[in-house]
Amino acid sequence: MVAEQQPHINKKLIDILESVSDPEVPVLSILDLGVVRYADFEDDGKVSVKITPTYSGCPAMDVIGDDIEKALTEAGYKSKVKLILSPAWTTDWMSENGKRKLEEYGIAPPMDATADKAALLGNAKIVKCTNCGSTNTHLVSQFGSTACKAMFKCDDCQEPFDYFKCLK
Amino acid sequence: MTNKTLINYILGIADNSLILGQRLGTLTGHGPSLETDIACTNISLDLFGQVRGYYQYAADLSEENKTEDDFAFLRKEREYKNVLLVEQPNRDFAYVIARQYLFDVFHILQMQELQNSKDENLAAIAKKGIKEVSYHVRFSGDWMKRLGDGTEESHNKIQEAVNNLWGYTNELFMMTEADKEAAEAGIGVDVSKLKETYYNRVENLLKEATIEIPESKYWQKGGKEGIHTEHLGYLLSDMQYMQRTYPNMKW
Repeated sequence: MVAEQQPHINKKLIDILESVSDPEVPVLSILDLGVVRYADFEDDGKVSVKITPTYSGCPAMDVIGDDIEKALTEAGYKSKVKLILSPAWTTDWMSENGKRKLEEYGIAPPMDATADKAALLGNAKIVKCTNCGSTNTHLVSQFGSTACKAMFKCDDCQEPFDYFKCLK
Repeated sequence: MTNKTLINYILGIADNSLILGQRLGTLTGHGPSLETDIACTNISLDLFGQVRGYYQYAADLSEENKTEDDFAFLRKEREYKNVLLVEQPNRDFAYVIARQYLFDVFHILQMQELQNSKDENLAAIAKKGIKEVSYHVRFSGDWMKRLGDGTEESHNKIQEAVNNLWGYTNELFMMTEADKEAAEAGIGVDVSKLKETYYNRVENLLKEATIEIPESKYWQKGGKEGIHTEHLGYLLSDMQYMQRTYPNMKW
């Protein structure tokens, strides 16, 4: 299981891939997000990249694929990007750095599965407001502006904000 | 099992998501509130995402150089294999929720079995889909309770919707020839075995939502064999308009 969770990315390609950001949450690189599962050189010199969607219908995947090809072309590599579905993406693959960047951007990062369930189903007041830090918040809707987010509102500073749902 | 049978099996699953996704998609900008509008269209997006996985796979299997767009947009009404339940019109929010809930419970049971398929493509789509569908069933189940146990008007409306859609639920568990072959090959799900779990789960929630369980004696069927209610034709003419007017567009 653990080996399956670790992406295989050639060190030479890390900086290039790090420069590609998620079109919907531009502060996150695609490596922070954990959607790149494989990146390495093939025998013919081409770079092969495999990406996995956060949600099946995520419209950002086509853009991400194009952006990866563009970044690699600019770095002088020919490439092919393939979409894979298995193993399915989980929020566990998001880097700690990515979670911190999300919060600074105004999206509460995903919590672990148990806490997530308590927040989305049990209305537990545990999701931290990205504006003032209070946990006196409530769920407005399980669905938000994109498939991966839920809507919350802070009852202290009254600010609405997004929460990135846990996906396991 | 021939490729043709496997394609038919795949379409039987995929078409449910396509047609329900289209129904929900037409709520864009028309949901009863901002939150429910966004929720319904989010669910639609998830379903379309799953559909693309299925149709791309069916296109790979097809020997006639078909694409995912051919499957989505260029078949005739009788070639769609979705169950009658998902093509039923939106009418009002109670119908949208009841249709969604009655399908979601089946959908998640089906995905939970399909993830063990010997076909690794189908297993992968199912594994991915389960995570999404569990959000769907949570959403529709919550609203069933809220409407059923809400005001007198909301209760009457959801009761009426459940009464009128109930007769379409039995078809979910019927097995086509392709279903039988796929199940025997360890690729497909024997949906007839899901029936008991389905009705137990649905009836428990209906009780909690103070909605009476309809005593339907007559079950509608035909969708899986391509014989649809009059509603599908209108939906398809709307959905296929662009592709037929401007051929070869890609989604």
